Amino acid sequence: MSIVKNRFKFFAVSAVLIICGLVAMIINAAGGKGIFNFDIEFTGGTEITVNFENEPSSDEIAKVITDITGQRTPQVQKLVGTNGFTIKMQSIDSQTRTDVVNGLKSSFSLSDDDILSVQDISGTISGEMQKTAVLAVFVACICMLVYITIRFNNFKMGVSAILALLHDVFIMLAFYAVFRIPVNNSFIAALLTVLGYSINATIVIFDRIRENSRKMDRDSTQKIIDTSIFQTMRRSVYTSLTTLFAIGAVFVFGVDSVREFALPMMVGIISGAYSSVCLSGSLWYAFLGAKGRKE
Amino acid sequence: MKTRGKSIAVLIVLAVVAIVLNLIALFGIGDSHAFGLKSIKRGLDLNGGVSIVYQADKEDVTDDDMRAAIGLIQSRLDRRNWTEAEVARQGSNRIRVEIPGVEDAESAIEELGKTAQLSFVDEEGNILVTGDMIEEAHMEVGAVSMDSASSPYVAIKFNEEGTAAFAEATRNNVGKSILIVMDDEIISAPIVNSAIENGEAMITGNFTGESAQELADLIQEGSMPFGLEVIEMNNIGARLGSNAISTSLMAAFVGVGLVLLFMLIFYRLGGFAADWALCIYMGLEVIFLSGFNVTLTLPGIAGVILSVGMAVDANVIIFERLKEEIAMGKTMRSAVRNSFSRAFPAILDGNITTLIAAFVLYFMGTGTIKGFAITLMMGIILSMFTAIVITRFIIMGIIGLGINNPRLFAVKPKLTVVENKNSNKGGNEK
Repeated sequence: MSIVKNRFKFFAVSAVLIICGLVAMIINAAGGKGIFNFDIEFTGGTEITVNFENEPSSDEIAKVITDITGQRTPQVQKLVGTNGFTIKMQSIDSQTRTDVVNGLKSSFSLSDDDILSVQDISGTISGEMQKTAVLAVFVACICMLVYITIRFNNFKMGVSAILALLHDVFIMLAFYAVFRIPVNNSFIAALLTVLGYSINATIVIFDRIRENSRKMDRDSTQKIIDTSIFQTMRRSVYTSLTTLFAIGAVFVFGVDSVREFALPMMVGIISGAYSSVCLSGSLWYAFLGAKGRKE
Repeated sequence: MKTRGKSIAVLIVLAVVAIVLNLIALFGIGDSHAFGLKSIKRGLDLNGGVSIVYQADKEDVTDDDMRAAIGLIQSRLDRRNWTEAEVARQGSNRIRVEIPGVEDAESAIEELGKTAQLSFVDEEGNILVTGDMIEEAHMEVGAVSMDSASSPYVAIKFNEEGTAAFAEATRNNVGKSILIVMDDEIISAPIVNSAIENGEAMITGNFTGESAQELADLIQEGSMPFGLEVIEMNNIGARLGSNAISTSLMAAFVGVGLVLLFMLIFYRLGGFAADWALCIYMGLEVIFLSGFNVTLTLPGIAGVILSVGMAVDANVIIFERLKEEIAMGKTMRSAVRNSFSRAFPAILDGNITTLIAAFVLYFMGTGTIKGFAITLMMGIILSMFTAIVITRFIIMGIIGLGINNPRLFAVKPKLTVVENKNSNKGGNEK
């Protein structure tokens, strides 16, 4: 089997997945829910996480909040697998926060312990957060492009590797959009870790391509790329597996806030392995153009 | 045989190193558990507590103002006995305060950020003198008027501007009272008998020695150079934190266990060597976290676990190389040497790019995410050392013992190597 010969099939699979994500974003935006499930870190606001022993309904909780704050639409979400709820609302001041917490405690007979966390983010911070997220991905990609170009002395390889990376970013964005994973502080961490991981896998393959180009000087470019990919295939698979084991354990056993970041990371690692194996070499092949290739 | 003896010595030393490092990591040294798991500093998301980010309500603040504000918050923290709390400047005009294990977060937020504005106001409510015109304030004890007993009061000395303003104020208000107001609260309302030109005044009232001292301190430090706005606050209950620690430990055990098992199954003796090196790595990681006083956060723990998964990558690359070297007919010893040196550039590249990502994250991320970047960076650097250097020593040691059948390293010996596609699956395939 040749990866390079089948490149258009792989490109198509990726395109379909990314388009699914875009469609989900458009549907969400049209439905007034926002393209992503942004946490207050990105939108500003107050978030209170509470443990309810007597399992009230979301409406009951929302009513208490509305009565105290006057806000009509607090968002109340149940944390899967626990008695916990997160309540998001527009930013309220310290005094109102105290009132809300006391109101919840008296309405549902809770103890201090049941108030798991209270967080308030101002518009200043959330605005910066949005900028930082985009900037961080951009800066990381540029740094890697520079490194890989210097290292391989080959700009086309650098660009191919970065395109494969951007693919992973878009697949992860699609995943966040389709499954409404909360986008918060850890979103940036998940994204950048996957970038680092994915470029790593691509470099191992490109390193092999460079080595094989010297050894297999009578073979076609396509054969060199395919051989290199298959020679490093076991490494690609094994390393993805060990990394998935580690982060998978975090997903299975972790508390909610780390699970929210472990899951997209797992998707990103699979995407990273896929883009390195199935896309990066082929992209380089495409960039070489008919003239640059050896048949 | 000489090499055999040397190999045994190397292996024994490395076994002792692994055991000692992990014992230190588990129990620490001495009563303070130095370098051990227990002495690792835990972030607020693990321990519970509140973190607050204040921002000055004006744009251009000087470094001196910022220092003054930080000092003021620090002394307010000390006064409430929150000795574990940390105050740090963030960016140009922000201050981040972290207080572990605080009960009443909301009152802490209000108290810490108070401007504590002291002013002298006339009966109509006009502000005559403000707190930033005060040079010094301290508690004194003495008779405050001819016929009273000795009692504590607060003595104030104005600066030049304050002296002039206070002189004018007292001249205009003879026979009336001047209210001394602190944060909208009237603390004292003396009646002016005559103009005071020397810039000294005293605040009297129903003070105990302690309350007079407290007020003096407040006035002294109370001139917060600007108003503080809370732009971010995060209060995490202790319960969420303790849950997080136990589940993270479980995740670490299972995750690391799976990785160890995987390596053992797929690379047998090679995997055994890699696992051995990984044990040394984990011990080192804990000791470093503890020794360098890294604050461990929840994402930080995920970073540690993730770095274990990535740590074996170097070994996977090396062992796959080993298979190819053996297939080319090399002896075990030279094949091992070649595979380590040939795999090195790819390993280095891969780790550098991950480091780039972690660096960007460290410089651009905030709060707990910085913790993730730190543990990831540390993990990458340490694991590169153990995966390359330590594993190599262990494998050379094992081979030196005369255990050098490639099959034990999950490598097919030379003779059975044929083009992969055509080999019959029932044969020597693993």
